Amino acid sequence: MRQAFTILTLLVAAPVFAQGSGPIPELANQQLADPKKEAEATNLMHGLRCIQCQGQSIADSDAPMAATMRAEVRQQIAKGEKPETIRKWMIGRYGEWVSFEPEMKGSGLLLWAAPVLLLLVAVWMARGLFRRRA
Amino acid sequence: MTRPWLLWLPLAVIAFIGGLAIYGLLVPKDELVRSAMVGQKLPQFALAPATAGVQGLASSDMADGKPRLLNIFASWCIPCKAEAPHLETLKKAGVEIDAIAVRDRPEDVAVFLDQFGNPFRRIGADNEMAVQLMLGSSGVPETYVIGSDGKISYQHIGDIREEHVPMLLEKLAEAK
Repeated sequence: MRQAFTILTLLVAAPVFAQGSGPIPELANQQLADPKKEAEATNLMHGLRCIQCQGQSIADSDAPMAATMRAEVRQQIAKGEKPETIRKWMIGRYGEWVSFEPEMKGSGLLLWAAPVLLLLVAVWMARGLFRRRA
Repeated sequence: MTRPWLLWLPLAVIAFIGGLAIYGLLVPKDELVRSAMVGQKLPQFALAPATAGVQGLASSDMADGKPRLLNIFASWCIPCKAEAPHLETLKKAGVEIDAIAVRDRPEDVAVFLDQFGNPFRRIGADNEMAVQLMLGSSGVPETYVIGSDGKISYQHIGDIREEHVPMLLEKLAEAK
């Protein structure tokens, strides 16, 4: 009974197969021959967000879109493109959101400045303590 | 204590953070990733035909100065089936619709067109989703309005429902 149920649920679970049937680009799961370039590419892949599964980087995601993005990153790196240029290209397609490293402007600036601001507030709050000890 | 109000400061900060959390819960979540290519020129690409009997699609095919729709679909995508009749309505209203089939097999595309109709002038096959990436597209189905100036003027994410048809016709008129 349980087995039949399992098979039935597997048959019903069509969305599992709803990923399309196209080929995965070669460079999506294949490292570049030059270890230095591969390291550069991998580093960038960890800093780009997967469009399909949103919380994951394209290096961690198994979604077809992430595969396409990884292949694009490796191709561009192999061509000698700078990681920052590729990141900008991706931002040009999907907006700021695609990058895990917010830029230092707009609300991103607040994010970067927050630790410094908090430290200043802490120093200001603690200044009385130093005065008493001196 | 010379400044008693200072005592309340930590409470105020925590209340503010708590308020932010409640606000975050109340605001509806929008997980759509919109293309940053809206307002930009349609990128250059050339795709092979998605199945026998249809023509492939290149960006140059869409540069005849007429506003049109570019529909991104796949035979394995269920909402794409739901939007098929509305694409048919748009076609009957005189709209030229080109399409890109994403990660698909020619035989599956043929079955899809047989079952749900073919309102498309041309259908290119984007097997590796490379053109999707160029367009800043994040899934299927999606529909782009391409203006007569060759620029992407609007991106519709998700299936086209009946209520979207007049809106898309308006966007097409604006894109002239």
